[in-house]
Amino acid sequence: MGSNAGGFDFGLCKRNTMLENKGMTLPRAWKTGTTIAGLIFKDGVVLGADTRSTAGTTVADKNCSKIHFITPNIYACGAGTAADLEHVTDMVSGQLALHKYATGRQARCITAMTMFKQHLFKYQGHVGAALVLGGYDINGPHLFTIYPHGSTDALPFATMGSGSLNAMAMFEAYYKDDMDRAEAMALVARGIRCARVVYVPVIKQKVLLLKDLEVVEGTPEQMDVS
Amino acid sequence: MAMSIPVALGTSIMAVTFNGGVILGADSRTSTGNYVANRVTDKITPLCDNVYVLRSGSAGDTQAIAGYVQHFISQFQAEEGERITVKTAANLVKTIAYNNKDNLEAGMIVAGFDKHGGGQVFSISLGGTLQQAPFAMSGSGSSYITGFVDKNWRDNMSEQEAMDFVMRSLKYAMTWDASSGGCIRTVTITEAGVDRRFTQGSQIPPTYGELGRDKILA
Repeated sequence: MGSNAGGFDFGLCKRNTMLENKGMTLPRAWKTGTTIAGLIFKDGVVLGADTRSTAGTTVADKNCSKIHFITPNIYACGAGTAADLEHVTDMVSGQLALHKYATGRQARCITAMTMFKQHLFKYQGHVGAALVLGGYDINGPHLFTIYPHGSTDALPFATMGSGSLNAMAMFEAYYKDDMDRAEAMALVARGIRCARVVYVPVIKQKVLLLKDLEVVEGTPEQMDVS
Repeated sequence: MAMSIPVALGTSIMAVTFNGGVILGADSRTSTGNYVANRVTDKITPLCDNVYVLRSGSAGDTQAIAGYVQHFISQFQAEEGERITVKTAANLVKTIAYNNKDNLEAGMIVAGFDKHGGGQVFSISLGGTLQQAPFAMSGSGSSYITGFVDKNWRDNMSEQEAMDFVMRSLKYAMTWDASSGGCIRTVTITEAGVDRRFTQGSQIPPTYGELGRDKILA
């Protein structure tokens, strides 16, 4: 393997360590505290995410979008390092746009998953992107979780991010196969809501329904169907 | 969130030859630290129609290796015009594991059926050692059942006996190992083809020896 065969150039790491030892505080990458979730229902897949982006204990963006466009029929929710997520989702989105012209076909969710996992594995976990990838293609609805080290799982319902355990508790309690659209959206919203930090009164949630590409925004109270 | 902890397959996997083929069995737990990331994992991955691999170790590493080997085998079969042998498939896995030993954490068992050698099991451990054996087991849960397996393994079992052996062994491994659990998946490969089965966790009660739950609880 050559010295510049791709991957990161770690040449300045020694210098940075030396500066840190001399007392300088180096800037840290933004890592969002996040809750993202996805759920397969009878006719498709629902993806959900909270909208808070944090830099330490300050809220950097009150209404950021964590559900990233990949292709018209595939979206990915992202948790982890904000810059890595933006770049890796933009990259796969571009690759799939070219792929569509090359093949003459609509993109498949599993193709997006393979592109993500091969990129993340190559960088051995240093690209901090954890994704819930959902889509609807010729083979039906799909939902995948993708971890920074490049492993993937195919699941009927999935959560990721710092609030994932809270949201998963809701899903494990109330998920059933073949839910209808309203039920599925309500359960995803409920899961995201459970993961919010208690002392903040209102968090706006975006729930994106894939099959009809309808975006629904609302406050927790409005989202509560039950 | 423990995302910096790599996703690992703390695992119980085993493969057993019997009179007519092989049975591969695995638990279904994938953990990130103490959180179970996937409780219904399928650790039995097809490399081609007649050869499957059981994965333990780092989830990302084993999925990447399986992906490369699936690709090489499909190229091989297109060029050769005939089915790959289990031994060749196992060697492809070994070559990747051995040549990248500094950067991988993968313990795999390759098993399948071909018309030259019948059912075969090959174990590939962390450094890339390839060993053929009549049966093999791997993963964190396997250390709890070495005694049981030594006592109960017999050569030339029937398919039903081999299935019972795999199910019982995995049941004990999943009971005692914290990193193994969920459900039991099995794949039986014979000349006739491949048969996949799934046993739910609720149907694998933890027991003390062969005592039922009702006898243990007061």
